[in-house]
Amino acid sequence: MAQTFTKTMARNIFYGGTAFFFLLLIALTFDTLGTLPERDNRAALDSPVGSQIKRGKYLFETNDCIGCHTLLGEGAYFAPELGNVYVRFGNSKDAIIGFIKSRPANGIPGRRSMPQFGFSDEDLDALAEFLKYVSEINTAGWPPNIQG
Amino acid sequence: MKYQSQGVAKLYFIAAIALFVTQILFGLIMGLQYVIGDFLFPTIPFNAARMVHTNTLIVWLIMAFMGAAYYLIPEEAETELHSPLLATIMFWVFLAAAGLTVVGYLVVPYATLAAVTGNEYFPTMGREFLEQPTITKIGIVIVVLAFLFNIGMTILKGRKTVINLIMLIGMVGLAVFFLFAFYVPDNLVLDKFFWWWTVHMWVEGVWELILGSILAFVLIKVTGVDREVIEKWLYIIIAMSLITGIIGMGHHYFWIGTPEYWQWWGSVFSALEPIPFFMMTVFAFNMVNQRRRNHPNKVATLWALGTAVMAFLGAGVWGFLHTLAPVNFYTHGSQITAAHGHMAFYGAYVMINLTIISYAMPLIRGRNAANPPKAQMLEMWAFWLMTVSMVFITLFLTGAGILQVYMQRMGENPESFMAVQDNISLFYWLREGAGLVFFIGLIVYVASFFVGHDEPEAAE
Repeated sequence: MAQTFTKTMARNIFYGGTAFFFLLLIALTFDTLGTLPERDNRAALDSPVGSQIKRGKYLFETNDCIGCHTLLGEGAYFAPELGNVYVRFGNSKDAIIGFIKSRPANGIPGRRSMPQFGFSDEDLDALAEFLKYVSEINTAGWPPNIQG
Repeated sequence: MKYQSQGVAKLYFIAAIALFVTQILFGLIMGLQYVIGDFLFPTIPFNAARMVHTNTLIVWLIMAFMGAAYYLIPEEAETELHSPLLATIMFWVFLAAAGLTVVGYLVVPYATLAAVTGNEYFPTMGREFLEQPTITKIGIVIVVLAFLFNIGMTILKGRKTVINLIMLIGMVGLAVFFLFAFYVPDNLVLDKFFWWWTVHMWVEGVWELILGSILAFVLIKVTGVDREVIEKWLYIIIAMSLITGIIGMGHHYFWIGTPEYWQWWGSVFSALEPIPFFMMTVFAFNMVNQRRRNHPNKVATLWALGTAVMAFLGAGVWGFLHTLAPVNFYTHGSQITAAHGHMAFYGAYVMINLTIISYAMPLIRGRNAANPPKAQMLEMWAFWLMTVSMVFITLFLTGAGILQVYMQRMGENPESFMAVQDNISLFYWLREGAGLVFFIGLIVYVASFFVGHDEPEAAE
């Protein structure tokens, strides 16, 4: 059989295809970045509680919350989704704060339990503000219901 | 082994296997915590075990990739490695950074680790898979840059082959996309959007180039098929990987605050992502069928074929299972995701590394071509124990995931996350059982390096 499909052609498809689709990704990225201001609740970051939200995100990260929980469906699958926890807890920051605060230091016999992090009241408020901010991001209707 | 400097790969391979064992031990701990919630609590909380499980995985895969590169690039370039000394020094730097980081995860609370490593001055910690302290991340960048310099110089002075070129492009891509790990904006949507530029672009992008070049190298060696044929396959497979995989990133942009049009881009392109994996399976079996020699290293050929099949199943089929937006709406962030993650990582990246280790280690250890039959037989047992148990881990997690999605997200009266977790605990027990078998397989694998080596090696 004649060599109808050569190595050079395969190579050109690799370089050409990669370049084309990478450029397409860049274009879609720019378009997405243009639409995000209407979706990603960035106004909250510039609001009076903005610094608390940023502090809350920092605490969320430096206590590795994502190591057990999902946030907008990403993370570990060991503990409940947190993207909508503000709504699930009855649109209440106090409920979130009360829950985090009341975790027993030595856990619950036989069951999964969140560690007791010993947060200050200020930190608890920052975390709750962060979770409230996340719950107001436009996620195209996800999760399917309040259970996350 | 044709060039003395290829031997530096041995260090990387041994450390990779040691980290692999660590990874699986912590996987077993996590599996048990899924059903006995207070197991080791609060000494080793789940999140700490998970960081060790995922981070040792990532580090040992990269370490084995580097070992593979140090082994195959000199051989392909037909010259000694530019600097074996640099490779050795960087190995110890890498191992020390990884070791200290794991110790840090385990002995102090994560917030303390963040504080003592000065995270506040340059915050990069606390994102999934990229939990390493900033200082560790900088260490990784230095190690990777030194590595790129070393293999780049080797390639420059030697024969230029397609395998070397693709390996180099893959490794440069690994370095470039890792830089997004340093970008952590306050805006969560932007944060998540660019986090994927590391995570997705690695595992569904440039790592597939590394995978492809290692597989092509081993297939040339064990089958004796003409290089021209194999290189053409390699080009077309990786072309399809990137053509589908780059825009396929859209499947991560369905529900994180990004516009709805990603549901179309992501669904269409990621539905095509199994194609390169299917081609890889066809490729591997075709090459072995057309082989011009019967290489005595049977078990390396088995790993190569296993990689092709399991990568297709894990990355291709199990990926497709939940990648269409209307399905993903229900399965996003569930045990279905975990099922896919396990088989995809094992099938694609664990197995390709075990393939090159299986091929190269006997040669590095002074064999002419292969281990004695007894050692190979043991390694084949390890292959089957680990591969079959990984299939079962995946099936049990898939069962758990289907039930979870139904009870928590679809039924008439959706139940809470924790209530559902209790309901499906049987599947977690079964998964833990399969995990134990996997661990036994891993012990057998390690044993195969020590058994039967005073016997004569296998012949063609």
